[in-house]
Amino acid sequence: MKFLSAFYRRKIALAGLLIIGVLVVSALLAPYIATFDPQEMNPVDKLRSPDGTYYFGTDNFGRDIFSRVVFGARTSLAGSAGVILFSLSIGVLIGVSSGYFRKIEPYLMRLIDVLMAFPPLLLALVLVSILGRGMGNVIIAVGATYLTRTTRIVYGLTLKLREEPYIEAAVASGVKQKWIILKHILPNMMSPLIVQATFTFAFSLLDMAALDFLGLGIPPSIPSWGNMLSEGRMYLTRAPWLLVFPGACIVLTVLSFNLVGDVLRDRLDPHFRRDIEGV
Amino acid sequence: MFSYILRRIWSMIPSLLLASIIVFSFIHLIPGDPAQIMLGDQATPEQVQGLREAMGLDRPLYVQYGRWLSGVVKGDFGTSIFFHQPVLHVILDRAETSVLIAVFSMLLIILVGVPIGILSAVRYNSRIDQLFSGLSMLFASVPTFWLGLNLMLLFSVMLRWLPTSGFPSILESGDWSNLRYLVLPCITLAAPNSALIIRLTRSSMLDVAKADYVKTARAKGLSEGAVNIRHIFRNSLISVVSALGFTFVALMAGTVVTETVFSLPGIGRLVVESVLRRDYPTIQGIILIIAFLYMVINLLVDLSFALLDPRIRYS
Repeated sequence: MKFLSAFYRRKIALAGLLIIGVLVVSALLAPYIATFDPQEMNPVDKLRSPDGTYYFGTDNFGRDIFSRVVFGARTSLAGSAGVILFSLSIGVLIGVSSGYFRKIEPYLMRLIDVLMAFPPLLLALVLVSILGRGMGNVIIAVGATYLTRTTRIVYGLTLKLREEPYIEAAVASGVKQKWIILKHILPNMMSPLIVQATFTFAFSLLDMAALDFLGLGIPPSIPSWGNMLSEGRMYLTRAPWLLVFPGACIVLTVLSFNLVGDVLRDRLDPHFRRDIEGV
Repeated sequence: MFSYILRRIWSMIPSLLLASIIVFSFIHLIPGDPAQIMLGDQATPEQVQGLREAMGLDRPLYVQYGRWLSGVVKGDFGTSIFFHQPVLHVILDRAETSVLIAVFSMLLIILVGVPIGILSAVRYNSRIDQLFSGLSMLFASVPTFWLGLNLMLLFSVMLRWLPTSGFPSILESGDWSNLRYLVLPCITLAAPNSALIIRLTRSSMLDVAKADYVKTARAKGLSEGAVNIRHIFRNSLISVVSALGFTFVALMAGTVVTETVFSLPGIGRLVVESVLRRDYPTIQGIILIIAFLYMVINLLVDLSFALLDPRIRYS
C-alpha cells in the first residue's frame, strides 16, 4: 500500500505503471490479443493504412502491424528482462566479491574503468558480430555492456553497507562472513538494485532496438519493435504508420519505466540515491 | 600541478594497455578461423593462407599482440580487409563528418541542457520546471533513430527545408553551406543527451541548494540571482562537467545510429559497415581510438576541476 501511495501523488507515474501492466499482459497473452498471425503474409492487402480490420495498418508483405506490435512486446520485454537477469546476477557476484576480497579489487575495478571507455552500443555490435545474431546472443551482448555499470554500482553499495552499524555489530558478535553477505548485505542492497533495474530496463530496450535497426540484433524472422522500424524505414513517406506504431510503443515503454524508476528513486534511502545511474 | 599531470598521463598507460588487450582479443574470440571468416565463403584456400600470413595469425598470440601493439604505437593499426588500405587512413577519411557532428552536438547539448537545467532548478516545482522535466524525460526515452526518421519526415520530406541524407565534404569543396546536411543529425544526436544534462544540472543544483553556505549567502542579503549563479551553479558545475566524459561516449554510440539514419559518410557508419563486412582490423582501430579519446577527455575533465573549485589542488 505504501508502494502505491507514492504513485498516487505522481499521477503520471501511475499511468506509467498501468502501461507497463498492459504491456506485460499483452506480452503474456499475445496469441489471444493479436487479431492475425504476425507472420502471415497477405500480398493483396499490402501497405494498407489503419482501418477497422487492420487496426495499425499492414506492411509491405501485407502482415498485420497490430499483431506484430503485440508479439513485439513479447520480444522486447523478454529481451530487456534477460539483460537485467544477466547483468545483475554476474554484476552482484563480481561487485560484492570485490567489495569483500580487497586483493582482487584493484584489478577488477581497473578493468571496469577501462571497459567504461568503450561506447556500450559499439561493444554490443562487436560482441554480436563475434557471437552471431540471435535472441540469446543479443541479450548476452547488451547484458555484457551493462555489466560494467551494474558491477560498479554493486561495489559502491557493498562498501557503503559494510560501514553500517548493524553490519559492524554482526561482525563484532562473530557472525560468519558468508552469513553477513547473504543475510545483511544482499537483502539491504535489494531496493537500490530494483530501482537501478527499472532504468536498465529502459536503456537496454533502446539499445536492443538500435541493434535491430542496424540489422545486427534479433533475427528478422522474430517480430520486434526494432526490426519493424528497420523494415518500415524504406516506406517512410508511403506508409508512415509502419514507423508510428512500433516507435510509439518503444517510447511509451521506455518512458513508463523511466517514470516509475524516478518515483522509486525518490523513495529510496538518500544515502543510496547517488549510486543510481538513471535519467 | 605539472607533476600531477605527468602522473595522470603515466597512470593512463596501464589502462591503455588493458584496453589494447581487450580490443586485440576481439579477433581471437571469433569461433573458427578468423582469416576464413573475414574473407567469407568465396575465398580460395590460398587467399585465406595469404591473409593468415599477412596478419601473422599463424604466429603465437604474444608475438601477434607485440607486433600489433608496436604498430599501434606508431599509428599503424594494420590494413583494412575491405579497403586494402591502412586502417588509420580509412578512419581519417571518415573523420570529418563525425568530428563535425560530435562538436556541434556537444555545443548544442551544453547550450540547451545547462541553461534549461538552471532554469528548472531555480523555478523548482513551478509550471516551467514541470514542463521541462516532462519534456526531458520524454526525450531521454525516444530511440535516436526513430527521432531522426521523424525529423527527416517532417523537415526534409514534408517541409523540404533541409536535405534528407548524405554529406558532401566541406574540406574538399570548401562550401560551408554543406553544414545544412548536419542540422538534423546534430539535433537528433543532441536531443536525448541534452535531456540527460538538463536532469543532471537540475538535480545537482537542487542538492547544492540545501548546503549551509547557500543559506548563509541568502541570509547576508545577496540577491537571488547572485545566490543561484555564484553559489549554487558554480558548485554544481563539477558534476555537470564530469558528465562530459560520459556524454562523449554516448555521442560516439549515437553517431553509429544517426549516421546510419542519415546515410552520412562518418566513423559511426564505418563501424556498422565494418561489423557487417567482418573487417576486424578497422573495428579494432576505431574502438581503440575512441577509448583513447575518452581517457584524454576524462583527464581534461579532472584537470578542469582545479579551475572550477579552488579547494581542489593537485600536487
